[in-house]
Amino acid sequence: MSISLKNISKSYNKVNAVQNITFNVKQGELFGLIGPDGAGKTTLFRILTTLLIPSEGTASVAGFNVVNDYKSIRNNVGYMPGKFSLYQDLTVEENLDFFATIFGTTIEENYDLIKDIYIQIEPFKNRRAGKLSGGMKQKLALCCALIHKPKVLFLDEPTTGVDPVSRKEFWEMLKRLQQKGITILVSTPYMDEAELCDRIALIQDGKILEIDTPKAIVKHYPKPIYNVRANDMYQLLKSLNDYSHNHSVYPFGEFVHYTDSRSDFKPKELEQYLESKNLLDIIINKTAPTIEDTFMELAK
Amino acid sequence: MKRFIGFIKKEFYHIFRDKRSLFILFGMPIAQILLFGFAITNEINNVDIAVLDHSKDATTKEIINKISASKYFSIDQFIEKESDIKSVFKKGKVKAVLNFEKDFSKNLIKENHSNIQVITDATDPNTANTISNYVNAILQNYLREQNKNSTSAYQITPQSRMVFNPELKSVYMFVPGVMTIILMLVSAMMTSISITREKELGTMEILLVSPLKPLQVIIGKVFPYIFLSIINAVVIIILSLFIFKMPVQGSLFLLGLESVLFIITSLALGILISTISATQQTAMMISLMGLMLPVILLSGFIFPVTSMPLPLQIISNIIPAKWFIIIIKAIMLKGVGLQYIWKETLILLGMTVFFIGLSVKKYKIRLE
Repeated sequence: MSISLKNISKSYNKVNAVQNITFNVKQGELFGLIGPDGAGKTTLFRILTTLLIPSEGTASVAGFNVVNDYKSIRNNVGYMPGKFSLYQDLTVEENLDFFATIFGTTIEENYDLIKDIYIQIEPFKNRRAGKLSGGMKQKLALCCALIHKPKVLFLDEPTTGVDPVSRKEFWEMLKRLQQKGITILVSTPYMDEAELCDRIALIQDGKILEIDTPKAIVKHYPKPIYNVRANDMYQLLKSLNDYSHNHSVYPFGEFVHYTDSRSDFKPKELEQYLESKNLLDIIINKTAPTIEDTFMELAK
Repeated sequence: MKRFIGFIKKEFYHIFRDKRSLFILFGMPIAQILLFGFAITNEINNVDIAVLDHSKDATTKEIINKISASKYFSIDQFIEKESDIKSVFKKGKVKAVLNFEKDFSKNLIKENHSNIQVITDATDPNTANTISNYVNAILQNYLREQNKNSTSAYQITPQSRMVFNPELKSVYMFVPGVMTIILMLVSAMMTSISITREKELGTMEILLVSPLKPLQVIIGKVFPYIFLSIINAVVIIILSLFIFKMPVQGSLFLLGLESVLFIITSLALGILISTISATQQTAMMISLMGLMLPVILLSGFIFPVTSMPLPLQIISNIIPAKWFIIIIKAIMLKGVGLQYIWKETLILLGMTVFFIGLSVKKYKIRLE
C-alpha cells in the first residue's frame, strides 16, 4: 500500500475536522478525495504530509509512519498545497531550480518527468511566478512538486480557480504521471473531475461517505433518475419541490435531476402535474446518475 | 551544503527584489545617523539673546562684547524697557534676556558688587539650564581676568576637564546608540519578517515538507542578514569617523567582533519573534514595540540608567542593547581592550545562547 490510513481522527479545540477515516491507496493509483469546502480534505493532506499529528489513528505513506518517520516521508513525497505556495518574486526557472536544489537534485536530472508540463511554461521561464496566470501557476507548482521524482504526490485542490481548458490539461498530465508509477492523491470540489480518478472517496463533514471506483459509486445510486426540463426553470424547480411524491430535486445545468419516492413512478403523471402548473415544453427523460447525484444522495 | 547555498541564494533574491526592505536595510541607517548626528543635539549654538542695558557703561559693553563673541550666543536685539522682556519671549526667537542693573560699573567699583539678571525661556528646560550655565561661565571668566592683578584674599578655581569627549560633542553619545538601534532593528525585524512571510505565503508548508532541516532553514534565513548587518555596521562606523570625526580609540577588530556578537544576539531575537507571530504585521509590531522602545528608553542610550527608578534599572539589565552600548562606548571613546569589557561581553554571549536555544526549541517542525 502506498498510502494507508487507519481510524484517523483530528480535532482542533474539540472541533472534529476529520473523524475515523480509513482507506488505502495502492501503488500507482490515482485516488480522489471528493467533497465540498470544509469537508476535511486539507486536514487529511496535512496529516499525510506530516504537517499535522493525528489525534487518533495511524497512517503511513510509502511505508513510513506519518508521525515517527516524518523525515523519510519528507524525502519521498511531493506536495502541492491548496494555496499557491511558490515564491512570487522569483522567476519560473528560479523557483524550479530552488526546489530542485533543496531536494538535492537538479532540473536536468529529472527533466524527463516534468518535460511535458514544463514545455508549456518554458516560454515564460524568466517571468516572476507572481505574474503568471492561474493555470500557469498550477503547472509550475506541479513541476516544483515533481522535480525530485517523488514516490507519492499530494495535490490539494490543484484545479480550483483554474479555467476549464487548463483543468482538462492538468488532469491529462496527472494521467501521464500515473503511468510513470507515481501514486497520486488528489482532492477536488469538482464532481466532474472525480470520474477521472481510479477510485474516489466521497467525504463530507470530516466523514467518508463512500469509497469505490467512480463507476461503482454511480451504480449504487438507489433510484431511477430523470432529466426534467421546461420553459421556466424557476417555476419548474418550485413546482417539483412542491410535488408531494418527490424524493430529490437538484438543478443540473439546463435540466433538473428528479427522483420520485414511489417505486411505480410514471413520468406521464409528473408531466400532467407540471402542465397544471402552466409549464410548457416539458421534457422528462430517464438519465444515468452522476457522481454529483450520488454525493447529494449520500450527503442527505 | 549545496541545499544550504541554494537556500541562501534564494534569500538574496528576495532581499534585492524587494525595494522596500532594501530601503529599510540601507536607507534607514544612513538617515538615522545623519539625523541624530546633525539635527538632534544637546549642544547650544548661536542662541539668540536680547540685552536690556540700564547703565550702558564701559563694563557692560565689555561683557556684552564677550558674550556676543562666543559661538554660543548672538545678540538679536537691544531692548529698552522691562516691559519689552515679556514681548520678546512671546515672539519666541529670543531664548534669553540679559538685564544689567542701573549704574553697573559704578556699583562694581564702589561696592564691589553689581547685579545682572539672566532670564531664560524655560519652555525647554534643558536648553534654559545650559544657557544660564554658559552665561555664568562667561561672566566668571570675565571676573577672573579682571581680578588677575588684584590680590583678593581667597579664590577657588575649579579646573574641570572632560575626558573621553573633551568638547562634549553629543554625536559621541548618539553614534553608539544609533548603531545599536540600527543593528537591532535590521537584524531582528528583518529576519522575523522574512520568516513570517514564508508562513503567511504558505511557502513554509512546502519547506517543512522537504528534506531541509529546521536548523538549515533558520540559518539560511539568518545568514544573509548577518552579512548585511555587518555592512551596515561598517557604513555607520565610516560615517561617524569621517563626517562626525568620532574617534575609535580602541581596536577596530575588537569593535567588529563585538558588533558581530550583538548582530547574532539580535538575529536570535528575531527568530524568537518569528516563532511566536503568525503574520508579518505582528512580527513588525513586536519588533518595533518590543525592541525599539526599550532600546531607546532603557538602554542608557538617551537617558542615563543610573538616574532611573530602581525597578527600571533592574529591568534595563535584561536588555541586550544596554550591554552593547556600554561595550562600544568603552571601545570607541575610552579605547579599552577586552580585559575591561569581558563581563559585558559574557552577558551578551549568554543572552545569545539563551535566545538561540529557545528559538530552536520553539521552532515548529509541523504546522501546530
